[in-house]
Amino acid sequence: MFGLSAKDTRLFFIVTGLVAFAPFLMNPFPTGSAMAQFNAGYPDLMQRFVIFGIFAIGFNLLFGLTGYLSFGHAAFLGAGSYAAVWMLKLLTINVIPAILISTVVAGAFALLIGFISLRRSGIYFSILTLAFAQMAFALAASVLTPITGGETGLQTALNDPRILDGIASSGGNIPAPALFGLEMRNSYVWNVSGWTFTFNAGYYLAGAFMIVAFYLSMRIFRSPFGLMLQAIKTNQTRLNYTGLNSRPYTLAVFVISGMYAGLAGGLMASMDPLAGAERMQWTASGEVVLMTILGGAGTLIGPVLGAGFIKYFENIFSKINSNVLHEWFAFMPDGMEDFIVTILYPFVGKGWHLTLGIMFMMVVIFLPGGLVEGGQRIANLFRRKKSQPSEADGAKTPAE
Amino acid sequence: MSKSNFTRRGLLKTSAVAGGATLAAPQFFSPSWADGHAGYLNAPQGDTVTLGFNVPQSGPYADEGADELRAYELAVEHLNGGGDAGMMNTFSSKALTGNGVLGKKVAYVTGDTQTKPDAARASAKSMIEKDGAVMITGGSSSGVAVAVQALCQEAGIIFMAGLTHSNDTTGKDKKANGFRHFFNSYMSGAALAPILGANYGKDRKAYHLTADYNWGYTTEEAVRTSTEAMGWETVAAVKTPLTQTDFSSYIAPVLQSGADVLVLNHYGGNMVNSLTNAVQFGLRDKQVNGKNFEIIVPLYSRLMAKGAGANVKGIFGSTNWHWSLTDEGSKAFVKSFGEKYGFPPSQAAHTCYVQTMLYADAAERAGTFNPCGIAEALEGFEFDGMGNGPTLYRAEDHQCFKDVLVVKGKENPTSEFDLLEIVEVTPAAQVTYDASIFGGELGTCNPGA
Amino acid sequence: MDAIILQILNGLDKGSAYALIALGLTLIFGTLGVVNFAHGALFMIGAFCAVTLQRILTLSHVVIDDTKKDFLGNPLKVEVPYIYDWFGQETGAAIIDWAVPLAIIFAIPVMIIIGMVMERGLIKHFYKRPHADQILVTFGLAIVLQEIIKAYYGANPIPAPAPEAFKGSYDFGALLGFDANTIIYPYWRLVYFAFAAVVIAAVFAFLQFTTFGMVVRAGMADRETVGLLGIDIDKRFTMMFGLAAAVAGLAGVMYTPINAPNYHMGMDFLVISFVVVVVGGMGSLPGAVLAGFVLGILESFASMREVIEFLPGINQVVIYLAAIIILLTRPRGLLGRKGVMED
Repeated sequence: MFGLSAKDTRLFFIVTGLVAFAPFLMNPFPTGSAMAQFNAGYPDLMQRFVIFGIFAIGFNLLFGLTGYLSFGHAAFLGAGSYAAVWMLKLLTINVIPAILISTVVAGAFALLIGFISLRRSGIYFSILTLAFAQMAFALAASVLTPITGGETGLQTALNDPRILDGIASSGGNIPAPALFGLEMRNSYVWNVSGWTFTFNAGYYLAGAFMIVAFYLSMRIFRSPFGLMLQAIKTNQTRLNYTGLNSRPYTLAVFVISGMYAGLAGGLMASMDPLAGAERMQWTASGEVVLMTILGGAGTLIGPVLGAGFIKYFENIFSKINSNVLHEWFAFMPDGMEDFIVTILYPFVGKGWHLTLGIMFMMVVIFLPGGLVEGGQRIANLFRRKKSQPSEADGAKTPAE
Repeated sequence: MSKSNFTRRGLLKTSAVAGGATLAAPQFFSPSWADGHAGYLNAPQGDTVTLGFNVPQSGPYADEGADELRAYELAVEHLNGGGDAGMMNTFSSKALTGNGVLGKKVAYVTGDTQTKPDAARASAKSMIEKDGAVMITGGSSSGVAVAVQALCQEAGIIFMAGLTHSNDTTGKDKKANGFRHFFNSYMSGAALAPILGANYGKDRKAYHLTADYNWGYTTEEAVRTSTEAMGWETVAAVKTPLTQTDFSSYIAPVLQSGADVLVLNHYGGNMVNSLTNAVQFGLRDKQVNGKNFEIIVPLYSRLMAKGAGANVKGIFGSTNWHWSLTDEGSKAFVKSFGEKYGFPPSQAAHTCYVQTMLYADAAERAGTFNPCGIAEALEGFEFDGMGNGPTLYRAEDHQCFKDVLVVKGKENPTSEFDLLEIVEVTPAAQVTYDASIFGGELGTCNPGA
Repeated sequence: MDAIILQILNGLDKGSAYALIALGLTLIFGTLGVVNFAHGALFMIGAFCAVTLQRILTLSHVVIDDTKKDFLGNPLKVEVPYIYDWFGQETGAAIIDWAVPLAIIFAIPVMIIIGMVMERGLIKHFYKRPHADQILVTFGLAIVLQEIIKAYYGANPIPAPAPEAFKGSYDFGALLGFDANTIIYPYWRLVYFAFAAVVIAAVFAFLQFTTFGMVVRAGMADRETVGLLGIDIDKRFTMMFGLAAAVAGLAGVMYTPINAPNYHMGMDFLVISFVVVVVGGMGSLPGAVLAGFVLGILESFASMREVIEFLPGINQVVIYLAAIIILLTRPRGLLGRKGVMED
């Protein structure tokens, strides 16, 4: 179906289902309960899940298929964000031009950087991409302030021209990005016996883009082009000996990957019209590398899982403070409560980085294939119970 | 903690125009319209009201964030009738009685800004969307303050800025839903100049090192304008990367330039490092143009002074508030903070505590948590007893006008907190400026629903 | 002229810090083939060895001084270090004053142990794993290490000044016939430069002139053959990791008076030290040192006022620009070998 094998079609439908029903899946706990702290089903975080999912899928096309480790991918995300905010400022508050232009701009930027950086391979390639991204970050934060808004970031303003919109900023408030009048921040809230589910317009737009992005990445993985890229990863020297020039292939996938990052940047700016320089910093580039490896590099679904994992920690664990802990363990006797809170406190709230670092180490030590391997092991466990031969799932085998 | 449902401005429109088609709500959906009746976003449900404390908990400003959080916890305790009520006793407005705000118990949620605009907005959004916070406050940098302020304006809740010193926060980037108690670059320059003139003379040559971002620019401009007005000459102004850690290559050429004053427009880690490096080079032992070479740090904080150690001795700067002030408000605050945590509060803690009290008081006086009501109650509000003397929350730009402290690094500190001494309390009138000089538009208040 | 001499001095000083860190990184990479993202954290822990020693030396008991008041109006509690009681105030103060140099002695064994434990407990299992996995696990370790330091010492920088004897700066200008005060350079930075030179020379001598070094160099070239000769190369590699950690740690200890240490100083240096290593050429020790000095000097020159006015923003990007140009003209960095980490 859609040119996919049966197995891939199944995976595609699973992903589509997960995206469609995320507002339910992410809010498993009743709103008033103590566990509601772990609910992630609010618009901003769900948007981040899918947007960073797109970013990581794109990064994985480059890294997972060719093995080229770009350490400057955030530059394309940043370039896309700036392009999108400028579109929102100059052209129209409608997000469609912003998203399109951000993808194109990031693609052009990737073409330039890729053309130069792909002259080298291995760690030399990584450092070249890192150097370009760091330069972009440093300049955007300082001398390019008139274009980028500097460290404060680029924002929409009341007196922006918005030439296509005509009626500008009525009522003294900046109009919110919208899709033909449907504001990205609009939500439909459904309360049902203690649970609250939020269906957000922006989330579903970004989710739709992620499903398309995921589908395209599947097609690329399974295409002759994808096979060529895997050949580059396996043994580039041998490939060159067959008389084949691999550079056009790597450059093509680098640009595609950059456009994915630009799309993610454009969507970020569409959900929340702000673009800051720190989106281009090496820590942001490192984050997408971590997402991909953590989820499982070279797998289809891994990068999305990795993106979700890291964003969940950043947004949920950082909000657990000692007050919340005391509430959770209030049922215990006083001494015991204080003891448990003292033990747990360093790992949550301001210590969320510590937990994240430990999780990185745990995953890479015990699950060399990333989170996907964890899923496979659990799946295998169930299969064995059904006494079926455990077959290697083509879609999920890490392409190491 | 109450988790209130929320709707968005434009929800009705959505349901009417696109809702039928795109959101295809089955009959058994029962959206809550409670907030719609209240007329503003995140109207508190039940008997609690939730505030969002968004402070840096990771990254270089984590200690400052931790101190802000302590102040917030103290403020919540006092609002709910616990502790010794701190500055509620000295506050000129007596609307707060210690039974919460508008009869509702104050609850709070916390988040980590990481001192990055993106992360700060993500954290603030989760407070608004998930926790139903009706006000966001905190932060330790102007970039974050401007970003979160814009978010709060768009979402329709009140933002009470924490530590943010750039002119932009209530200047170019001011917003109707945002309020700042902290002082700004302009006030630092205006307060410092006379003291510098009196101590170092009026014919000095200054060399500026400026952190290469918005706050650095406004601070350099403010100090330059006010010192040049009294006769100083600016020899050079060099921008230093925000990520710089070793400033030696910027400081080494200072002496060759013929300058006899070095102004470090740096904050946080930048300031600690540049000041340490400058003192290391022995600049302060030198004589240039027949005068002692001097160093100036326009914005001081006690936590930074602690990081720079003995290097701050004798160096002038300005600060929003210091625990050694002896007015009744400051004394009450230092006492309740000190007794709870064992050390005196920082200026960041002070401004955050005061902002929370001012918000609560405004809600009490307005009789509602509606952002528009609160904004109205805060605009043009005059108060006293909060540690900075008589203060005005100016209606035109939502900036507080109050006394500014000029301080100097103490020569003989008696404890690890006793690092700064107050040289002068510059009266508010001397640092007041016209609201229009920085441009920007407030817009109109946005209640969000 | 004087401005140029000054920036060369600056560049050498900056370069010595870069070179020291890059040297340790290359040692680990060259011997073990491991990309160690936790190397910056080792540098940071070295710096905190100095802070820790300072804390130990100033362990105090409280004496109540009734004549003074603290901030709450209670009698002031004055902390008196035990060391004053034992050695008298003057000697005690002198010992505390010399905490940073003394920390060298303290840091060497601590860092070697940390390095060896890290190698045996974690890195060992990653020799055969892809570089991506090594990056992930060492990055995770770096976060854990710096969060532990943050939890204990806070996020604020902690001053660890140089001994009183090294305060102030030396006037080179007078020596070279320039006007006084035109070329001055702090004593401690000169000490740092000399220290770095000694450490670098010692590492090279160690690898060049000892049997141990010879075996390690052989192992770097061809690990399997050395193993076949019946030499326990693993044990030596563990010791090399300890040595690299000690080099990073010493770089950190001596750096504390230059910039007050904080928990994320390792991350600040991580990216730049990787750029240095790669520009020098993967696996080349002399390359790392050379690249450290080259980039340090370039960075210093780019921060001159005259240069910034001519090319705004150049001070922000010069290192990366130089890295790009060098890597495009010299495919394997300054002194890199063919085939190392190119796939």
